[in-house]
Amino acid sequence: MEYLGLYNYWVFAVLLVTGLYAVIVSTNLLKKLLGMSIFQAAVFLLYITMDKIEGGTAPITRAGAPDQLYSNPLPQVLILTAIVVGIATLSLGLAMVVRIYDDYGTIDEQEMARRDRE
Amino acid sequence: MNALAPHLPALQVVVPLLAAPLVLMLRAPGLAWAAAAATSICAFAISVALTIASLDSGPLSYALGSWAAPYGIELRVDAFSSLVLLIVAGASSVGLLVARPGIDRDIEAERQPTFYAAWLLVLAGLAGIAVAGDAFNIFVFMEISSLATYVVIAGGRGRQALGAVFNYLIMGTIGATFYLIGVGLIYMMTGTLNLADMAERIQAEADLTPVLIAAGCVMVGLAIKAAVFPLHGWLPNAYTFAPHAVTVFIAACSTKVALYALLRFNFTVLPGSLADYGPQFTRFVLPLAVVAMLAASVIAVFQRQVKRMLAYSSIAQIGYMLLGAGMLSMVGLTAGLLHMFNHAIAKGGLFIALACVAARGIGTSLDEMAGAARRMPVTMGAFVVAGLSLIGVPGTAGFISKWHLLLGAFEMGPQGAWLAVPMLLSSVAAVVYLGRVVEAAYFGKAAEPVVRAEAPIWMITVLIGIAAANVYFGINPGALLEIAGEAAGALLPEEAPFELAPSHPTQS
Repeated sequence: MEYLGLYNYWVFAVLLVTGLYAVIVSTNLLKKLLGMSIFQAAVFLLYITMDKIEGGTAPITRAGAPDQLYSNPLPQVLILTAIVVGIATLSLGLAMVVRIYDDYGTIDEQEMARRDRE
Repeated sequence: MNALAPHLPALQVVVPLLAAPLVLMLRAPGLAWAAAAATSICAFAISVALTIASLDSGPLSYALGSWAAPYGIELRVDAFSSLVLLIVAGASSVGLLVARPGIDRDIEAERQPTFYAAWLLVLAGLAGIAVAGDAFNIFVFMEISSLATYVVIAGGRGRQALGAVFNYLIMGTIGATFYLIGVGLIYMMTGTLNLADMAERIQAEADLTPVLIAAGCVMVGLAIKAAVFPLHGWLPNAYTFAPHAVTVFIAACSTKVALYALLRFNFTVLPGSLADYGPQFTRFVLPLAVVAMLAASVIAVFQRQVKRMLAYSSIAQIGYMLLGAGMLSMVGLTAGLLHMFNHAIAKGGLFIALACVAARGIGTSLDEMAGAARRMPVTMGAFVVAGLSLIGVPGTAGFISKWHLLLGAFEMGPQGAWLAVPMLLSSVAAVVYLGRVVEAAYFGKAAEPVVRAEAPIWMITVLIGIAAANVYFGINPGALLEIAGEAAGALLPEEAPFELAPSHPTQS
């Protein structure tokens, strides 16, 4: 049962390796970027999973309210930052791909290397 | 000024960060350049003030927004941070001072303000890593500097710069994400992001598996950013195809900042909890360092493009710095940290000389540089001086750090003495590859009738200044040894402080 309880972590691991595999194996620059995004998404999941508490709620206290189980909001804030960073990186990467396509007429790594040698 | 003094750790980052959008608004390229250079020099002045302050009164801690650590964000400047800050702000200032002619040629006038703004963001990000006192801010600043670095490298002429940047972007992001995984795992175990707090709480952990995995992730992630040997794939192309001034800046400091973060984690955060962490670190790092020193130097010998040659040489020199750190002794670590600075001025000098050569329209391959010394005797003279420092000839800065590395190696006993062999071989390889450049420049046949045409006077002035610094710090290494010694002391607090006067190696 314990392994099922770690469901989120399994998804994290699978996504992580899938993304890394795509980055290493594909020669198409767009697919590389996709792999990179999947890789990052896996880490977002890791952070979000760690602050989830069964029955936990947002840490907002009111006078007179009964004591409750609170979730730690910090990892979510952290990962919000990381998501923004990820978007910036992805868009810069896509801009690079557009420029590369303009200059080379291809977005395949090996094809680019071949055209550079000519 | 006195009112500002307590805020210097924050200003180190805030000044370039705020100046960047202002530079973007200046439409005239010359004005944008002047503003960026002024900002950078201001940042350098701040780093000097911080160095003096941290040497005088110990580590400076700054609570951002007056929220006390560990809940608030802490900026922390000790001797190690200030050494790195000096390198970063210095490299940025020098790079900007020589940037004008090359950037005018490589980038259209209306895009230059954007370029200089991105440059300042690189500076802000790198300085941020050095002052940040918590793990997550290191990540954020790392990404600020990386994203801006991709932009400035992409300013290089020719389409190959784009491919180089793309490769760097993918590898850099993978590295940063690995670092983020490591930090996440440690946060899961300790519930804190503040480095000092982390180091303390980690010792109370019973289950160390996540910490061990975190150590691996942080190590791999930062090793990619620092171009530690097998993970250096992005570096040669990025250095080769970047604009010359950018290469000066990036080559002198960006990998060293990642190395700074790597050493911070491996010396102050992680070792407290894991048994035998030090010896394991040594066993892991020393082979990588030795392979880097040998393999990268040999590859450098066979390069015909001088910028690429020096890029491989940088990978080898990172090996020297790691070697010093891997010795886990006061002498070795001091030497490794000192080598960060000495390599920055030596390699910076070499790349500035190449920028000067390029400023006169000469290419930077061995064939194109044939006979360059007859056209630009001062430039190539400075190239030779910086080259001697890179090799480690006595009387230059490079000698001091390599000498102390040797002392550190001998201090490790008979086995450590073997480390002298790769160090010597790597230095011999440096003689060979730099010798090829010197041979081409001094004895090669220049194609056209030889006309003396030095680079613009201020570029030459900066170049001579850097070459002179290589000699000055070779003869008067005292101040730098003190900073590096203090920095090493911050990483290895339990070791006895390192004696300034080079003592005779003692077998232990």
